[in-house]
Amino acid sequence: MMKCKQAAKLMSQAQDRNLTFNERISLKFHLLMCSGCTQYNKQMDFIRKAMKQLK
Amino acid sequence: MSSSTDQQKHKGQEVQKISAEQIAAMRDEMLRFTTLQLRDAVLAEDVVHDALNAAFASDKFTGRGDLKSWVFAILRNKIIDVIRERSRHPTESYLEEDDSDDQFKKNGHWNKNHKPSNWGHPEKALANEQFWVVFNICLKELPENTARVFMMREHLGLELKEVCKELNLSNSNAWVIMHRARSQLRKCLEINFMQEGVL
Repeated sequence: MMKCKQAAKLMSQAQDRNLTFNERISLKFHLLMCSGCTQYNKQMDFIRKAMKQLK
Repeated sequence: MSSSTDQQKHKGQEVQKISAEQIAAMRDEMLRFTTLQLRDAVLAEDVVHDALNAAFASDKFTGRGDLKSWVFAILRNKIIDVIRERSRHPTESYLEEDDSDDQFKKNGHWNKNHKPSNWGHPEKALANEQFWVVFNICLKELPENTARVFMMREHLGLELKEVCKELNLSNSNAWVIMHRARSQLRKCLEINFMQEGVL
């Protein structure tokens, strides 16, 4: 069972590389059950968006 | 779209149409961009100066519409040169021992105080001046080498493998550094701006 610490690591790596099939499945499964990581995931996307608009 | 030979034919006229104000505005933007990246306003002036000189001395420009992205492409390369030179003489190592990650409990779950909260619609913050003040402060709080890797990836827009090549980092080190940067930035934004229900 994936822990939040590991999930957070993968969510960051997902911004820099393609996750493997297994990584994607276990992360998806974890996100279904974890509200904290679900927020974290959205926040990663937001930070990237903000960095693109940073002047 | 006109063909590249057409664009070249018009090149002379197009360049002449660029006003001094346009160049000044672009220069300001270049300065902000470079200062953010290098964290050194004086050095940034030099780099922007070099980039503009290189841009206007070159005859490779192929059309006005592309001017800004073309000048910024030159600027990016100049910045990478500086970073490359600097990273030959690193003042701190890229991966300091820092496992004081208090965001997680021993069992790998979020610590109660650090569990990411709901930011609502954070995109709204992008139009908020105060948000950008906080965002810049949070960026400046990143350790220098962490910031360098993060900025090359997210601000210069390089692929992580290119960053690794420039800085002589392994993929796994780079992932750790990127994760650290994003985590710290996230935490800083959450504490200082994104209170639940605000957006």
